[in-house]
Amino acid sequence: MLWEVDIHPAPGQPDLAARQVAAAAAELGITNNLSIASARGFLLQGELDHSQVDRLAAELLADLVVERTVTAPAGDPRLLESKVEAASCRISEGKRQDAASTVIHVLPKPGVMDPVASSAQAAIADFGMQADAVRTLKKYWIEPLPQENFGLLCSKILANDAIEQVVVGPLPFSQLEVGAPYQFRLVTVPIRAMDDAALLKLSREGQLFLSLDEMQTIRGRFQQLGRDPTDVELETLAQTWSEHCSHKTLAGRIRYRDENGERRFENMLRETIFAATQKIREELGENDWCVSVFSDNAGVIRFDDQYNVVFKVETHNHPSALEPYGGANTGIGGVIRDPLGTGMGAKPICNTDVFCFAPPETPPESLPPGVLHPKRVMKGVVAGVRDYGNRMGIPTINGALYFDPRYLGNPLVYCGNVGLIPRDKSFKHPQPGDYVVALGGRTGRDGIHGATFSSAELTSQSETLSGGAVQIGNAITEKMLLDVLLTARDRGLYNAVTDCGAGGFSSAVGEMGEKIGAEVWLDRVPLKYEGLSYTEIWISEAQERMTLSVPPEKWPELSALAASEGVEATVIGQFVPTGRLLLKYNDHQVADLPMDFLHDGRPPVVREAVYEQGSGFGVQGSESGTPHSAFSIPHSDYTETLLKILGSLNVCSKEWVIRQYDHEVQGGSVLKPLVGIANDGPGDAAVLRPVLSSRRGIVISCGMNPRYGDFDTYWMAASAIDEAVRNAVAVGADPRRLALLDNFCWGTTDRPETLGSLVRAALACHDVAVAWGTPFISGKDSLNNEFRPQGADQPISIPPSLLISALGQIDDVSHCISMDFKQPGNLIYLVGQTHNELGGSHFNLVENLTGGQVPKVNLQQAKKIFISLHKAIHAGLVRSCHDLSEGGLAVATAEMAFAGGYGAKIDLRQLSPLPSGEGQGEGCNDVFLLFSESNTRFLCEVTPENAAAFEAAFAGLPLARIGEITEDSLLQIAAESPLIHADLAGMKEAWQKPLRW
Amino acid sequence: MPTPNVLILRAPGTNCDGETAFAFQRAGARTETLHVNRLLENPRLFERFQILCVPGGFSYGDDVAAGRILGNQIQHHLDQALAEFKEAGKLMLGICNGFQVLLKSPVLLPPDPARGPRATLTLNDSGRYEDRWVRLKVQSDRCVFLQGIDRMYLPVAHAEGKFVARDEQVLEELIGTGQTVLRYIPQDERSEGSCSFPDNPNGSTADVAGICDVTGRVFGLMPHPERHIDPTQHPRWTRGEAGSVGDGLQIFVNAVKYFY
Repeated sequence: MLWEVDIHPAPGQPDLAARQVAAAAAELGITNNLSIASARGFLLQGELDHSQVDRLAAELLADLVVERTVTAPAGDPRLLESKVEAASCRISEGKRQDAASTVIHVLPKPGVMDPVASSAQAAIADFGMQADAVRTLKKYWIEPLPQENFGLLCSKILANDAIEQVVVGPLPFSQLEVGAPYQFRLVTVPIRAMDDAALLKLSREGQLFLSLDEMQTIRGRFQQLGRDPTDVELETLAQTWSEHCSHKTLAGRIRYRDENGERRFENMLRETIFAATQKIREELGENDWCVSVFSDNAGVIRFDDQYNVVFKVETHNHPSALEPYGGANTGIGGVIRDPLGTGMGAKPICNTDVFCFAPPETPPESLPPGVLHPKRVMKGVVAGVRDYGNRMGIPTINGALYFDPRYLGNPLVYCGNVGLIPRDKSFKHPQPGDYVVALGGRTGRDGIHGATFSSAELTSQSETLSGGAVQIGNAITEKMLLDVLLTARDRGLYNAVTDCGAGGFSSAVGEMGEKIGAEVWLDRVPLKYEGLSYTEIWISEAQERMTLSVPPEKWPELSALAASEGVEATVIGQFVPTGRLLLKYNDHQVADLPMDFLHDGRPPVVREAVYEQGSGFGVQGSESGTPHSAFSIPHSDYTETLLKILGSLNVCSKEWVIRQYDHEVQGGSVLKPLVGIANDGPGDAAVLRPVLSSRRGIVISCGMNPRYGDFDTYWMAASAIDEAVRNAVAVGADPRRLALLDNFCWGTTDRPETLGSLVRAALACHDVAVAWGTPFISGKDSLNNEFRPQGADQPISIPPSLLISALGQIDDVSHCISMDFKQPGNLIYLVGQTHNELGGSHFNLVENLTGGQVPKVNLQQAKKIFISLHKAIHAGLVRSCHDLSEGGLAVATAEMAFAGGYGAKIDLRQLSPLPSGEGQGEGCNDVFLLFSESNTRFLCEVTPENAAAFEAAFAGLPLARIGEITEDSLLQIAAESPLIHADLAGMKEAWQKPLRW
Repeated sequence: MPTPNVLILRAPGTNCDGETAFAFQRAGARTETLHVNRLLENPRLFERFQILCVPGGFSYGDDVAAGRILGNQIQHHLDQALAEFKEAGKLMLGICNGFQVLLKSPVLLPPDPARGPRATLTLNDSGRYEDRWVRLKVQSDRCVFLQGIDRMYLPVAHAEGKFVARDEQVLEELIGTGQTVLRYIPQDERSEGSCSFPDNPNGSTADVAGICDVTGRVFGLMPHPERHIDPTQHPRWTRGEAGSVGDGLQIFVNAVKYFY
């Protein structure tokens, strides 16, 4: 029997879901006065009678203080009609609903995770009743709309075709699908007989996404073996050799040419970024504070006598383009499992999230087919991160948002997680004879081909092709897994752990058993539903699973521990010293691959890379080398310009996002993302105390500026590192104890000029890291971020997007400072040298200008500035400090003023002049001084008593006293004549308005 | 009985157990964190403790409704043990999700036999989860946990914190008995009147932020006192606005002192 329970807002209660739909419909231009009512519901299948269902509705499913219910067998006409009358009362401000309103059901597609349904099913058992299957649904009653608008409403707002189905009118089924039993059938692929064309077809249509060279290597190997591969052998190779898992492009051979000539790399990443870390560690010698870099699932560094900290940032771009909520949800869920799978498992202590979208005001009618509207993408992504991070109880303390039209078909979702791990648990050692144990969630068809899919370009068909790659996470399953894992770690119940990420068991077992060999019994893997083939079980990317290497004598205790918390643990195989990967399904052997072929058999990728200064490198909007178009007529007043930059999307307040994240759970919050007199100013970096009984803190910040990449990716990368470091130093982090992470998101690197722009950025990472002694400890790349609209010849590539994340430390958090002005009468200093650097600036953006010089970094001077500033902050000489980034001096001063609630009077004549030759005529210097985005600059607030000591701290470095804080609420900046005159409220409003949703 | 034992009750999805235990320890208590499964197996474990705390988080994912599934488990399997706990003069505290759990079980406001639950916590008027700091005022001296406290500055972080009474009569009763013991007040220091968003962050009726039972020994609140026990947790400590200890600590100290 299939029952339906509909839950409506009680009379007088707001229908929040309906309101949100109506608002979204207006935003997307579908209709401005949608009459709509909503309900949520449950389908319950099982031997239940009506009174039992009524009891469940009243005591479990609905909240009768604010809701009312309708219960009936599915398909009963009462379920369709009952809403109309109530709805017409409730939407009194809109039009009355007539009786002909349409009923729309939205349900998760079969096989898509439905965590609420799973929880409800378990809770029903608690009532002593049994439901065999449960599914949730959303239900809407809407007034008739034109067919086209109705279609748009369903596809753009009510449901996402990647995971949900829409049923208009009565539900057409009387029972829920629960899967059919699987009939074993061994599949082999006749690869030995294939010609090159057939190999390529197989690679593409089988979603293997391997190159011809790689397919030929596999064909050759099996010709030698005298047999054809099974499907699961081919899938295992494709996953292990995928770009996502092996980083074959960047860790491969590259021939690179630029203005300095040609350079050949055997392994580009190893010879640039890793090499920098190596040099730094050698220089530190005995004081080396790196513990494990570029080897485990996350980078590990020393924290204090007891603990190390680990940090990893990942991207989840392609899934988020198709299903923003699920993509971001599993993005954060996935990166949390990286620290959890590092060493013997780290406790996650904070998240960071950085997103890149097209502007939210993009006209809906301009969207190519298959592209979701950026506002919907953004709302979905934020909600996905929110719901997972908050449920996990991990504070999200740092992040950023960048907007550029080139992210339209290819938004970027960077998710990071920091973990805390006891020093003696920082390494793992799987042993021959250990059981392979699956811990956590069950395996379903979720995310099949996620690893290989992320190596492909998105097209307007991607939505239908790769729907299986889209998943929904279940944070509570992961939280339960976390609780059990850390207890098991402390009791010493396993020898190694790793996460099941991209590639699922295939990658987890393959990695852990690489040096040993493994045998896996696929029929023993617990499944969400029947019907999965052995191959699906092996490559499924179902979330919330970890793989452990467990000594047989510890298994009973681990098993009992997991059971006591309701977490599933299953022995699915054993590490055996054969050097082979053997897969079995019942008595059938389905795969037998040598580990060395799997891990070292891939033919090296050899790529050409070229960077030609002045010619751009194949991305749109390239401005490299063009003269600045700025100053035919300098303005006399720049207040309007300042307000425009404050209101630009990259600069404006992100409070709408930040407040939806719990940034204080775990109790260690020291500096929150929003600071100042009204708790709403833009902090430079977040600080937290991971050990509540200690005063030692960690500092998390980031830097990124894709606009500079249009000029020169070397200086873009250097600027991103500078920004991440100066954000951390501004709040008090010690620049001698800063670790960095790199995340490259780029277009298709098959084009030599695109790859050249990336190599150039990696060279900068090397040079800056070595100069400053700031090692990279982990990184990740995501290539092929391009979108090809239907019928278009040219794909749209994202701009080169290098995110630098910094993990800093501070020995006593009471030395931290925030960026808001504290006290009228205090002096304002500018630290650092301003140059004529408006290339890629926000001044250019809001004034519609092009060209100019991109900001560079003076590496030696910057290092001295960071150390001097840190010493001054540590000595208590600085009351507030803010770094200068987008919008330069003017924006930084404005932000400090409105965050602190005090005005300021600034005289630019106090600034040292631009270095000779950089001036550009009368009046232009003012623009540079106000808006140039030169690196390594800070504004500092200093009391008059501390002025002399502060100035002494910067002896020999560029420093200028430029003004003071005032009691009034005016920001006044002048040179020879007044340039900016703005009141705090107006600036704050301009800054808060754009994303106040 | 100088050092009371505190039971921090943990369920799948509980996530404020660590810092809540830390706050009780700072206040001088001994704490033990137990999974609800241990108590379902053996409800007599409650006897070892003087204080029960249900901390914040997302028990069972907030699936179906916040606090509902754990609340039901308590109602179906631990009702008797908790009734005995209460009768023995012991204390119960529910913070955020813990408040939702206590309110969705019969412990805090026993339901009307004929008409069912008397109040609930439901989705914020804003329709979304929000983390922000609020000013609070203690309304009566009924509650053990709030003795000697007049005002507090604490963070809230929830999506379902809007207090709604079943009807006017229930609300008047609760106000009349002094059970609506904690209220949101405006940020503006000078004002103590009723407030609107964001000072009342969720649209709670009568600005209710926390309520206690008739004995004053069972208390639930949406704000997080355990997130303000150290001065550096205050959002404006760099402006010199924090005291030497956080406002929230006194709640835990009061619980411990009750057993002196």
